[in-house]
Amino acid sequence: MRFVSRLRGERAFWLLLTLILLILAVYGIEKAGLKPVSLLEAALLAMTPLALTAVGECINEKAGVVNIGLEGILLITAVVGVWGAELFSNGILGLLTGMLAGALIGFLFGLVSVYGRADQVVAGMGINVFALGFVPYLLMAIWAFPGIHLFPRELMVRPIYTFFGRLSPVTIAAIVIAILAHFFLHRTVLGFRIRAAGEKPEAADVAGVRIDLIRILTSTLGGALCGLGGAFMPLAWFGGIVKEISAGRGFIALACVVFSGLEPLLALVASFIFGFAEGFAYSVAVTPGIKEIIPFYFINMLPYIVTLLVVMLVIGRRRFPAASGQPYTRE
Amino acid sequence: MKRFEIPTQIRPLAESFITILIGLLAGALFMMPFGYKPQVAYPALFRGAFGSPADTLETLAFATPLMLTAITFALGMKAGLFNIGAEGQMYIGAIGATAAAGLIHLPPGLHLAVATALAMLVGALWALPPALLKIWRGVHEVISTIMFNWIAFHLSMYLAIYYLAEPGRAERTIPALPTARYPILTEEATLTAVIFVVLAFCIGIYIYLWGTKAGYELRLVGENPEAARYAGVDARRMIIMSFVIGGLAAGLAGASQVIGRPPAWSLYATLGNVIGLGFDGLGVALIGRNHPIGGIFAAILFGALQHGGRYMEYHAGVCSELVRAINGLIILALSVPEIWAIVKRRLRR
Repeated sequence: MRFVSRLRGERAFWLLLTLILLILAVYGIEKAGLKPVSLLEAALLAMTPLALTAVGECINEKAGVVNIGLEGILLITAVVGVWGAELFSNGILGLLTGMLAGALIGFLFGLVSVYGRADQVVAGMGINVFALGFVPYLLMAIWAFPGIHLFPRELMVRPIYTFFGRLSPVTIAAIVIAILAHFFLHRTVLGFRIRAAGEKPEAADVAGVRIDLIRILTSTLGGALCGLGGAFMPLAWFGGIVKEISAGRGFIALACVVFSGLEPLLALVASFIFGFAEGFAYSVAVTPGIKEIIPFYFINMLPYIVTLLVVMLVIGRRRFPAASGQPYTRE
Repeated sequence: MKRFEIPTQIRPLAESFITILIGLLAGALFMMPFGYKPQVAYPALFRGAFGSPADTLETLAFATPLMLTAITFALGMKAGLFNIGAEGQMYIGAIGATAAAGLIHLPPGLHLAVATALAMLVGALWALPPALLKIWRGVHEVISTIMFNWIAFHLSMYLAIYYLAEPGRAERTIPALPTARYPILTEEATLTAVIFVVLAFCIGIYIYLWGTKAGYELRLVGENPEAARYAGVDARRMIIMSFVIGGLAAGLAGASQVIGRPPAWSLYATLGNVIGLGFDGLGVALIGRNHPIGGIFAAILFGALQHGGRYMEYHAGVCSELVRAINGLIILALSVPEIWAIVKRRLRR
């Protein structure tokens, strides 16, 4: 019941509007000669890294840590994931390697923001800039090839064939994780403590909650989910890696977080909207009759334009935890 | 103003040096697992950067655009904004410079001025929407500027390939006409007279920030928004000022790589000769303590890393991109306000 009440009002309106737009879009796509199933598949693939990253960041921001270094974590874990997959000759172990690398970066970020009392925005951007240089460096250091690496197809994580078309197991995991995160945050003691750490750290501290541990935990968890999303991109989606593989997805995920007002389920919805825009862009880019008229550079802009529009429409009405992004000191 | 005693004045400088050391040390740690030798790589890097007068001039050529993209970020920080849009504004500026320098015919001197001015203008125009979105809709500038960076990336590629491509040379755009090129200073390096324009711009920003009422108001909004509001400062105007002047700087940075950098005098179709310079500016600004003059020195340092990085790649086999990773580590270290205290505590022990 609490779930229903939380989705009442404005948010319900957005959900409904999204649904209507999606149905209209699918209808229009069928008319235009595209296959809705392949479009849905593309949308769900594009949704997955966004959803994982955004859900992790929702939990993280609930506890009062803002990590804008998600883009960098996605980039690094994409490479580390492929490296792990080749090392263990197994795609799923590659995903886990990526997750572990993400958790490590998240853990370090947690340490820096909690005990170093860092400016979290600057620190997060530090991760992004680091990744911009570290990823091409890694590609050269590991595979001695500049900017791009293709790995054997056997390492790809196989999709599952379902009623909705081919679905990656990671996509299903992302949806399940979003639902679990919702119940975790709203129904468990630890979830309650996480929210307290972000909302009123002084009060939570007096009540015996270890703010430092909570924040490091959520930062690590957020990093791990982001790492899974990062490793997903090459290992279950693209089948290769380029040095700019994340292409702004870390920031689009931040837009999902903003859209959701830190609710994991709404973050899932938002990532589906953005994923749909991206999947739509891919589908349009290869459609005969369209690709000749609209240059593919403009189609590539679509996800970013949609992100700007959505953020522009919903923002300003979201309430964020009072202590979000603030270091906390015991007195 | 009692806070600014001599030891505290040196402190930021010392902090910057410590973080640079931390960055280089961590860079060495990242080299070792892959079998690279830092003891070979770093001397090569240093020799590459300052080994000869020509190399030092080349380092300055690398530093030139960074002084500007650092200003874009620093001006944002001064006004309390996290403007990371220099990257995209710089692409657009480079496109503006390419178009003006390659398509129009004008007398020498005037042509150069027009190309430079157009690049700065389009850079500023590209910076305007995120500022307006911030004011009207409260959209956070981190998200909006990144989205505009990516839109600028695809738009610039489109313009470079569809409208500005040189026939028969798919890898780059039409080169700037000789009338629109900054004079080369020496034959041994790619340094051109554009550096004087850039230095003048930096000094101009310094005078603006610390010598004018508008600059004072901009800093006030960043340092103490409450006080600024009571003083009747229009914060919205300051947001626009900070973004637009930042855009001018980024646009000029783009121009400096097209009409102020031999041998190509053009933009690569992959944007290869401008990519990343906007984000590099972020670290430069932070090392330079968000100060336009400090930024000049930080830019020279980072220019040295970039130019020396190519020698490091040649002599020690270490991919020069590691230099960017070191920049990121320096930013991370600088984000920790207590780093000075932490280091001091460690030393005392």
